[in-house]
Amino acid sequence: MEIVNDNRGMADQARHDNNGSRVKCGRVVSMTGSQALIESLLHKGVDTIFGYPGGQAIPIYDTLYDYKDQLNHILVRHEQGATHAAQGYARVSGKVGVALVTSGPGVANTITGIADAMMDSTPIVVIAGQVPASLLGTDAFQEVDVIGVTQPITKWAYQVRNADEIAWAVARAFYIASTGRPGPVVLDIAKNAQVGETQYQPVTINHIRSYIPLPDIDPEKIAEAAQLINASKKPLALVGQGVILGNAEKELLDFLRKADIPAASTILGLSALPSDEPLNVGMLGMHGNIAPNLKTNECDVLIAIGMRFDDRVTGDLATYAKQAKIIHLDIDFAEINKNVKVDVPVLGDAKDTLAALTQLLKENKHTEWREEFKSHWEREIQAVINKEIHPKSGPLNMGEIVNKVSEATGHQAVLVTDVGQNQMIGVRYFKYTQTRSVVTSGGLGTMGFGLPAAIGAKFGAPDRTVCLFVGDGGLQMTIQELGTIMQSNVDLKIILLNNEYLGMVRQWQELFYEERYSETTMKNPNFIRIAEAYNIPGRSVTKREELDEAIQEMLAAKGAYLLEAKVVPKGMVYPMVPAGACITNILLGNE
Amino acid sequence: MEERTLYTITIFSENTVGLLNQVTIIFTRRRLNIETLSVSPSAIEGIHKFTITTFTDRETIDKVVKQIDKRVDIIKAYYNTDEDLVFEEIALYKISTPKLLSLGSIEDIVRRYNTRILDMTEIWTVLEKTGHYDETQALFNELSAKTGVLQFIRSGRIAITKSKVERLSDMLAAMEEKLNRAPMLNF
Repeated sequence: MEIVNDNRGMADQARHDNNGSRVKCGRVVSMTGSQALIESLLHKGVDTIFGYPGGQAIPIYDTLYDYKDQLNHILVRHEQGATHAAQGYARVSGKVGVALVTSGPGVANTITGIADAMMDSTPIVVIAGQVPASLLGTDAFQEVDVIGVTQPITKWAYQVRNADEIAWAVARAFYIASTGRPGPVVLDIAKNAQVGETQYQPVTINHIRSYIPLPDIDPEKIAEAAQLINASKKPLALVGQGVILGNAEKELLDFLRKADIPAASTILGLSALPSDEPLNVGMLGMHGNIAPNLKTNECDVLIAIGMRFDDRVTGDLATYAKQAKIIHLDIDFAEINKNVKVDVPVLGDAKDTLAALTQLLKENKHTEWREEFKSHWEREIQAVINKEIHPKSGPLNMGEIVNKVSEATGHQAVLVTDVGQNQMIGVRYFKYTQTRSVVTSGGLGTMGFGLPAAIGAKFGAPDRTVCLFVGDGGLQMTIQELGTIMQSNVDLKIILLNNEYLGMVRQWQELFYEERYSETTMKNPNFIRIAEAYNIPGRSVTKREELDEAIQEMLAAKGAYLLEAKVVPKGMVYPMVPAGACITNILLGNE
Repeated sequence: MEERTLYTITIFSENTVGLLNQVTIIFTRRRLNIETLSVSPSAIEGIHKFTITTFTDRETIDKVVKQIDKRVDIIKAYYNTDEDLVFEEIALYKISTPKLLSLGSIEDIVRRYNTRILDMTEIWTVLEKTGHYDETQALFNELSAKTGVLQFIRSGRIAITKSKVERLSDMLAAMEEKLNRAPMLNF
């Protein structure tokens, strides 16, 4: 093994890296660029990729033919599905998800997934074929300016123009996608690079001069934060996905328990804490729980951990937690003071900063403060939750189905949602016993995310039950992925909450647009028959009495199953904080 | 809205293709206009230096520079106001030689504006002036009025901070030291 650190002017210059990366290379073998690509992926530990072939990716697919027993390629039905599947895979497994597509329309179809992964800090690598380097810039058939288009929505985008660059580019792509605050990387590989000969060596990169994934921890900030928390009478912790991405679940619990701090989650932070953890006081934000939203504006110290104060979490910033000292733990310095001005920024990986902070905390009890959350919880149970999950009559509610499915899986399943009411009801009423149990499009809010993401999640966590909650609108945005389920035998439990409306938009129209239901009613196909056409068994349920049995049938089914629940057409998601309103301005519907 | 100030952003980056785009999209997204832009190799081999000026408020510039600094290929980005900087622009003016001569005294203009003659033919003369925007503009205004200006070009701002050393060299040295300390274990 040869170690090259071109930052110090060593001979090899890493062949192509003049960017100050620390590169390690292995034994040299002569092969094509496509083969080097697959070997590089295997070297990174990739076992599953989601993709769709096309003209400018044929050499790569030809090579894949020889690697069938080492690399599982899942043929999706649309390139958007490949990226969402890669996201689902990454979110549950913690590994980098990989999508492989062709040039032009192929890679253009991945844009939504790339943007989604950027918003939700999901490590994926999208590998796209590109026209031969000699044709670049000529408006060649299926040419699109991939780098120009994807730079604003990627952590890194790079065009590979010759086979010798491939091993280096893949190593760099995986290093960048997976370290620091993770995110999507695009590799745009010209066809001549795929077919060209190269002297392949496995390459590993673990340092790039211009990139500091892990900021140094400032002990002074840790001390300042600890001092604030130790003096606090009413601390509240906000848990974001940073805890999960940093594998800091245990450190979080130690931290919370030592100082007896109640904690609430963002939607992407859900499952970092088990649902039944006494210190877990629920979900934040627009459709979050009453208690943590109200208490945000009553606490004296707010400790934000790996979250980014999204507008759906904060509501009106001018009235957000103004009474509190704010501590912000994040790995990304650009998040500090981006939305909320903070008193003590603590940069670093949550796993390290939480551990360091816990050491300086005194053991504490906040019994009275924690008690205050309970009355709000009781109010929410009475005003919203009981009605939603234990209705006595009337049509099926979305919440009761989510609740029953969660119970039937022993709260062990992975929850995947689409976007809209199904998503908010899904994350509100599902319960979590282990981390990495929620896959949902948080930042971008991508309808159509659910089905392909759930496919990816199943490959990322093959031993877990994966339950997708999806609406009739979102399902039809990527419904073609039923073909992927059929072809690759994906054991996925699809629960379609069908209200024949674009429910969330309809809810806004009801509340804020005088019930003018502009283009939100849907005339739907027979979904059970569609599923049947893909050899996916299913059942449509309208009555409460059938529900338990239908859920059992779904979970007992070998392989995929579609459970369609015809739910109340004008169901509402409460509580709700109107967009841009103060976070304590909470609508509960008819109490 | 806060008052808008002219900020000068200094960026050190790797010399990679598409880097300028990575920087400008951050301005585009916030609908910020770039006033001047200058890009050139820095004193450190392989590292390029950008000097960008833009009118905005303190909060926006802070966020924009963080977003720039965050990009993988950017080594360091920071911003200053004019008080922290020594800065200069260069301007070239092409004038009709007969009209220039008809002024009587070229020497007067050359002395008053501290300009110099770069090249001269019977038909045209090129003057060069370095200075702040106001100064190069003042010469332009006077020439326009008196002789007309056939062609005019002004460069983007270049600037150096009034602090002793380029911050980048300190940072690179610190990084190098950290790298040398770190064992190559996590391969």
